[in-house]
Amino acid sequence: MSVSVRGGRVGERARRIDGIPKATGAHAYASDLSAENMLWGVTVRSPHASARILRIDAHAAARAPGVVCVLTAGDLPAARTFGLEFADQPVLADGVIRYAGEPVAVVAAETHEQARRAAELVEVAYEPLPAVLDMEDALRPDAPQLYEFGNVLRHVHIVRGDPEADAEVCVDRYYETAMQDQAALGPEAGLAVPAADGSVDLYAATQWLHVDRQQIAACLGLPEEMLRITLAGVGGAFGSREDIHVQIHACLVALRTGRPVKMTVGREESFHAHVHRHPSRIWIRYGATRDGALVSADVRVLMDGGAYASSSPPVLGNAATFAAGPYEVPNVRIEGTVVYTNNPPCGAMRGFGAPQVCFAYESAMDALAATLGMDPVELRLKNAVRTGSTLPTGQALTGSAPVRETIERCSAIPLPPEERATGRDPIAYPGGAGNVGRGEALRRGVGYAVGFKNVAYSEGFDDAAEATVTLRPSADGPVAVIRTAAVDYGQGLYTVLAQIARTELDVDEVVFEPVSTESGSAGSTSASRQTTMSGGAVLGACREIAEALAGRVLEEPITRTCTYHHRATTGLDADGQGSPHVSFSFVTVRAVVEVDEELGLVRVVQLAAAQDAGRVLNPQGAEGQVEGAAAMGLGLALTEELRLEGGAITNASFTDYLLPTILDVPPIETVFVEEPEPDAPYGVKGIGELATIAVTPAIVSALRAATGRELNRVPVRPDDLVGIRPPAATTGRAPIPDVPGQKAIPEYHGLRLGQQKLMKGRNT
Amino acid sequence: MTITTTVNGIERSVDIAPEASLLTLLRDELGLTGSKNACEQGECGSCSVWLDGELVCSCLVAALQAEGRSVATIESLGDDARLHAVQEAFVEAGAVQCGFCTPGLVVAVADLLERDPHPTDETIREALAGNLCRCTGYAKILSAVHVAEEASR
Amino acid sequence: MGGLIPRTLAEALEARAANPDAVPVAGGTDLMVAVNFGRMHPSQLLDLTRVEELATWERAGAGIRVGAGMTFARIARELPELTALAQASRSVGSPQIRNRGTLGGNIATASPAGDALPALAAYDAEVVLASVRGERRMRWDEFLLAPKRNALAGDELIVGVEWHVADGPGSFAKVGTRNAMVIAIASVCLQLDRGARRVRVALGSVAPTVVRAREAEEFAAEVIDWDDPERPPSARAAAEFGAFAAAAARPIDDLRGSAGYRRRAVEVLARRALLWAADDRRVVAA
Repeated sequence: MSVSVRGGRVGERARRIDGIPKATGAHAYASDLSAENMLWGVTVRSPHASARILRIDAHAAARAPGVVCVLTAGDLPAARTFGLEFADQPVLADGVIRYAGEPVAVVAAETHEQARRAAELVEVAYEPLPAVLDMEDALRPDAPQLYEFGNVLRHVHIVRGDPEADAEVCVDRYYETAMQDQAALGPEAGLAVPAADGSVDLYAATQWLHVDRQQIAACLGLPEEMLRITLAGVGGAFGSREDIHVQIHACLVALRTGRPVKMTVGREESFHAHVHRHPSRIWIRYGATRDGALVSADVRVLMDGGAYASSSPPVLGNAATFAAGPYEVPNVRIEGTVVYTNNPPCGAMRGFGAPQVCFAYESAMDALAATLGMDPVELRLKNAVRTGSTLPTGQALTGSAPVRETIERCSAIPLPPEERATGRDPIAYPGGAGNVGRGEALRRGVGYAVGFKNVAYSEGFDDAAEATVTLRPSADGPVAVIRTAAVDYGQGLYTVLAQIARTELDVDEVVFEPVSTESGSAGSTSASRQTTMSGGAVLGACREIAEALAGRVLEEPITRTCTYHHRATTGLDADGQGSPHVSFSFVTVRAVVEVDEELGLVRVVQLAAAQDAGRVLNPQGAEGQVEGAAAMGLGLALTEELRLEGGAITNASFTDYLLPTILDVPPIETVFVEEPEPDAPYGVKGIGELATIAVTPAIVSALRAATGRELNRVPVRPDDLVGIRPPAATTGRAPIPDVPGQKAIPEYHGLRLGQQKLMKGRNT
Repeated sequence: MTITTTVNGIERSVDIAPEASLLTLLRDELGLTGSKNACEQGECGSCSVWLDGELVCSCLVAALQAEGRSVATIESLGDDARLHAVQEAFVEAGAVQCGFCTPGLVVAVADLLERDPHPTDETIREALAGNLCRCTGYAKILSAVHVAEEASR
Repeated sequence: MGGLIPRTLAEALEARAANPDAVPVAGGTDLMVAVNFGRMHPSQLLDLTRVEELATWERAGAGIRVGAGMTFARIARELPELTALAQASRSVGSPQIRNRGTLGGNIATASPAGDALPALAAYDAEVVLASVRGERRMRWDEFLLAPKRNALAGDELIVGVEWHVADGPGSFAKVGTRNAMVIAIASVCLQLDRGARRVRVALGSVAPTVVRAREAEEFAAEVIDWDDPERPPSARAAAEFGAFAAAAARPIDDLRGSAGYRRRAVEVLARRALLWAADDRRVVAA
């Protein structure tokens, strides 16, 4: 992709640089790629959640028409495991199965159909073993242990002030959130092309080229320079492309056969091929004075990490450090645990631990408001943090924190007009195309939620971003060339980087070089970090160029490379105190819902968001991010849930994993609050995850207002709204495990570190 | 089996299993990768094409069923040099993020506007109910439809 | 192995008889999903989409025959006066699905959740089957045997559906957990027959096959004032009607919904359907 685009500076309208090829269908996604003499690879996966592999018989598969090779664990040439935090996940299962869907073998054949048929012929004899399928069961001493060090992956303990402090009013609640899926439309895919010198060129959809390269090269037994990764088009990610998917398998087959290998998966297999959002159980107690000043928060968070570590340790870190909400609470105790189970691995998904606790703390705040007889918006205004506040970790909020303003501006967005109950187009009722109503039993409800999370990576990680900019002369005026390894998987990062270059260098035309590991790492496209980090790198490089040019006429190209670092963060001490996060973003969301009370069906009438953005570089793009984030939050509130039976996903299709359609997502009114973030390029703040976090509790809050139901679990089902299914029950808080410290347990056992190797120790 | 079908105005003959889908025929045999495979069961609309002028999910049409018929794909609507009004509207309105759903949506919207040049929001939503998008929340897709239909006034 | 592309019904029936392993396909909206997912590997396909005789409908007096090849899009467009069937057709999937999915396919698949099936049950329709041996008819409940099982003989094709069009309002409603593109968790179809002074109510997704709620029908026939459209059934009568309908449901708990909710949904939808029919009667009469 050497793309050249004109027009649009920071703060202006700027068309997507890749909009045209995407609109014509010319844009090549990883699943669209092909090469001469290409083989197709297909993965064989375990149907069991917990099992011993007794025998793998690949003879019939190997002899099937078109089959060129079949690989199992015995064929792995080098490192046999990979992983983002810890290299704990087997490339191919080695004697043991820990989750249903775990890869056991790879078959390669001349055609996709031949590979699929041959995969069915691989005979695997399993001996099912006892499985841990419930996150609370995982903590029981008599539970099967997935690892020698037990089932606890990480436990975070945070205490500040006096958690036993007296409070005049208390609410004590229990909440559950389900396993959500990123369900990016573009499936996992990659094309691995071997070269004569033993190196490999890999074209794949991913969120971070360099962390992929680190893991893949180790498993191929190659030095990293011999694995070149070029970004192929990515059809969405939202966290599901942070972990390795088909890449190692494809590269292994390519090296083994000397031929290019394409791998892509269908929707059903896609669900098994990536991590999911951690389901959670949260016990939360807020104490307050009678006039609504929060005194204490005591929160127990439990998350199900599934069979392998993935990003669970920092997801839990987020959940724990955010569990008291964006509020001034002097006395806090938070105990957060993420456990291993034989359920499918969970990891990064938009919000990264923040959505789960936001549902809990915002629901509890509503309960507190009701108990106090106070308006829920007033309660939040009264307690919201601001610049200068101290968070439960003792971290001072030094950056921009216009929480109150987001609450005020959100509530100022006009409510949608009242609608007549009768006489509407049939699809304008709850139940939509089902024709279930003509205006019967409709009740409206309004609810608010405030959400927040961090921007960039935390607890000491230095996720720097490099970018190289060249200013070169041309007949039509100077052209800026940007070389970055940053992934844009839809959010419009490249458009923003182009706007920055145009603004800083006063050019119209910007060219992007192909995105590959030829450039230095830009870090992951996640954590709402890229506008800040890659934006900062491009900005830095441009400013150096401008300085070098010093007002002269450009005669020779000038190239500068800039690596942008955010400020240093720390880990958590024994009391969970420290400065673990770089900066924070906030949002307030209001939901207006209409419920058919007899059928328990919901129509979301309006979502309104006041997004804290620091500085909006691309208004249209920023709105698009808020709107898309909101739809994902709506999904968790109302329709999205991965169901498991015996640890296996039972609804691995779009027929039964229900994404919101255009008939489910209402108009979304967005306003931006622009209080610049100090020390950030142009004062920007990351925004991509925030609406996802707050929309879920805002919708449920509105549903409670409409129906009076308790609703302590998401997604909310019609059964809950009509009162057939009682609220989720609990027998008490999950016990607190005995752990050596705040870090992920494998670290104490010397397990090989993954991503951390890439980043730690480069903080300047 | 040899299937002969007219695709984007050109007659093509392809050797393919008769029960393979039209989507597979377009993507794997003809290299027309603009139509996407995101679900293989007609739930997401990313494979939308016209079969004898009717909007269909190509993943649900057997190759055999395209024999002797005419197929029009996203590739027939426009290219870099000259965009179809709907394509232009999508880019202009900011309705493209990752873009995976975009070809299917462009085809579905073009189909809608041919039949109903100035649709209401309700009509638009019903017409696009079979096209899933995970990135945009549909808001700017609705705007794009209005941009396209206004451009045609 | 090639495929079969008959152009006339006679050709199609001969092809069917001569190739018993060939799988008939029309819209493909159920079949191709199974093929794509590798759950079916048909050795041969019999494409019915070129047989124009199947894609027609005709009315003769009060009788109607709708061809098996009629798509949901065409039914919704061309037969809007058959309100129950038209509403059911409009509720199917998306425009892409409606342009392909056929009445015959819906019947042949015989899913407990098939969207057209409650209407056919409420119409007391007969399924018309044909083979080289001739034509025969079976009542809808003789044809739909069990989930995904029908009474089609190995050499037969469904050619159409026939019924007497009742004089009176009708409706179809289905519940799903999102606002579009849902497999019904529960559905209710109601048809008033002013001539016969009868009400027919069919329930979908709440039993192994679509079922009629006979007790509810009898009750409704009595609480409707057949002579005076201005006097609708009382709220209490409608509620009782709903309860009778729910009692006829034999729902299960599954991935898509709970039995308890399904029963509740039937109760509500049936009550509403009765009141809508009463409303629609008044409008017509006025």
